[in-house]
Amino acid sequence: MLTQNKQKRSRLHRMDAAMSIMVSPFLILFAVFTLLPIVVSVVLSFTRYDMINMPEFLGLDNYARMFYGDVNFPTALKNTLLLAVVTGPLGFLLSFMLAFLISEYSRGVRTVLSFLFYSPALMGNAYFIWQILFSGDSYGYINSLLISMNIIVEPIQWLRTESTAIWIVVIVQLWMGMGISFLSNVAGLQNIDKQLYEAAAIDGIRNRWAELWYITIPVMKDILLFSSVMQIQSAFSIGAVATALTGFPSVNNSTLTILTHMQDVGTMRFELGYASAISVVLFVMMAFSRILVGKLLNMSGK
Amino acid sequence: MRSSKQRYQRFTRSTFGNIMIALILIGAGLFTILPLIYSISTSLKPLDEILAFPPRFFVTRPTGQNYAALPGLLNSLRVSAERYFINSIMLSVVITIGHVFIAAMAAYVFTQSKSRFMKIAFTIVQFTILFNGYTLAIPQYMIFSGMKIIDTYLVYILPALPSTIGVFLIKQFMDASLPPALIEAAKIDGAGNFRIFFTVVMPIAKPALLTLALFAFRDAWALVPSGTIFRDELRTLPQVMGQITGGGIARSGSAMAATVLLMIPPIAVYLLCQSNVLETMSNAGIKE
Repeated sequence: MLTQNKQKRSRLHRMDAAMSIMVSPFLILFAVFTLLPIVVSVVLSFTRYDMINMPEFLGLDNYARMFYGDVNFPTALKNTLLLAVVTGPLGFLLSFMLAFLISEYSRGVRTVLSFLFYSPALMGNAYFIWQILFSGDSYGYINSLLISMNIIVEPIQWLRTESTAIWIVVIVQLWMGMGISFLSNVAGLQNIDKQLYEAAAIDGIRNRWAELWYITIPVMKDILLFSSVMQIQSAFSIGAVATALTGFPSVNNSTLTILTHMQDVGTMRFELGYASAISVVLFVMMAFSRILVGKLLNMSGK
Repeated sequence: MRSSKQRYQRFTRSTFGNIMIALILIGAGLFTILPLIYSISTSLKPLDEILAFPPRFFVTRPTGQNYAALPGLLNSLRVSAERYFINSIMLSVVITIGHVFIAAMAAYVFTQSKSRFMKIAFTIVQFTILFNGYTLAIPQYMIFSGMKIIDTYLVYILPALPSTIGVFLIKQFMDASLPPALIEAAKIDGAGNFRIFFTVVMPIAKPALLTLALFAFRDAWALVPSGTIFRDELRTLPQVMGQITGGGIARSGSAMAATVLLMIPPIAVYLLCQSNVLETMSNAGIKE
């Protein structure tokens, strides 16, 4: 009996028929519709391909071109890094803090508040409201407010000025940022055992910040990894918001990002090989950040 | 029980902090709901108010004419509007359920299996999330045409089923809240993986499953095919609404009305799922 149990225990985590059946729909569909296109795209990144003629092998030329033969790429890289460094960590903190702060209200209040925060993501194109607010003439809400308060005399072209355009993109990105990382935090916080908090209160935890640091964050580590990956993905992939607000091309390429540059190369100039190479470089940057964040999160638990 | 709860609240919360946090949350909430209110307000504006300069935020003389114009616009189509509505509902429901179910099963195997292959597979899945989809459109199109699924419902459904984000979300959630001893106990008792999945894992993972469901539904409802659907009968409601309301500035009121109406299903699914997420109590008895 005992040996039988031991044998069973050693087999507990083995793949059996049931497990294979459960994982194969995902693995097959994933291989065909996600992985295979990525592999093709990586292969295309070493070629010249215009979607009409057969791809022509170029070796590493596309990659060299980014840094030596493309005046716009360094600008796009600089803007993307700035946007990622600012909106990534801030978006991560914001989506966690809002989920944490609403977690102690009653179910009805939490449902309403989380709906309010998530509504821009639910609408998809909600950034249009910022075009109205930051409109460059004296009728734009922010300009007319500042003029009536005598802070400025002439309307400011917020979205057409190099120094302000990118910061408006930052604000809008953060404001729209309560997406799946916020929702996953809400769901994760929901599943924390409330007895942990009661025990901690008895053990002498006196305020919500200590509670957050000693209980919530350690328990939430797996979910926080997920939400940080989502933030990395969205922080490096800013494009639609920048184009909608500041136009494409933006003034002096002040909001040109790697994503909008890649779309320009692929859609306007039909250089799919080069666009793929840009995509691979963007991926490498995100993968690097992902590894870094994984290391940081691991350290926080020790 | 009651006394411990009272003590816990007294020790860790201050009234001042509670009030400040409530004010911040209300302020932030009002700020993020602005576009929705603006859309509803604009959909009720008569044409002259829509075109008014400077633009006004709130409607002054609300009218239902933008909504009333929609049936007429829809009747001008060759295919009846119900067909598009049915297409959209059917695709969204099939994709959402398939998406969540396939991801949940895979996530369970990824948490349970200790095999090297599964570990590598999960790492690949995690990292593919970071590959931007833009350059994948052409390879995907070649795959669709190789499979001969272009211009069928399958071209909507099949690529939308494997959810890398969903597998990752549910796997992380299971890692955080599935006690390994519980699964082992069930296995030693002779329960198979299917039974454990349905009776033990699914209930515990419910918040993550519902979160993925509302997220998947939002994307599925907004599906607009790009160059993969040519038959009118197979088009979706958002696509057709976009076509009929894209007819110049005179239709911008109706376009806003259509936008507002199209937001109702995802908002309804959101509220339904989210209030269920928030209803689940943590499984104190199951935790060790």
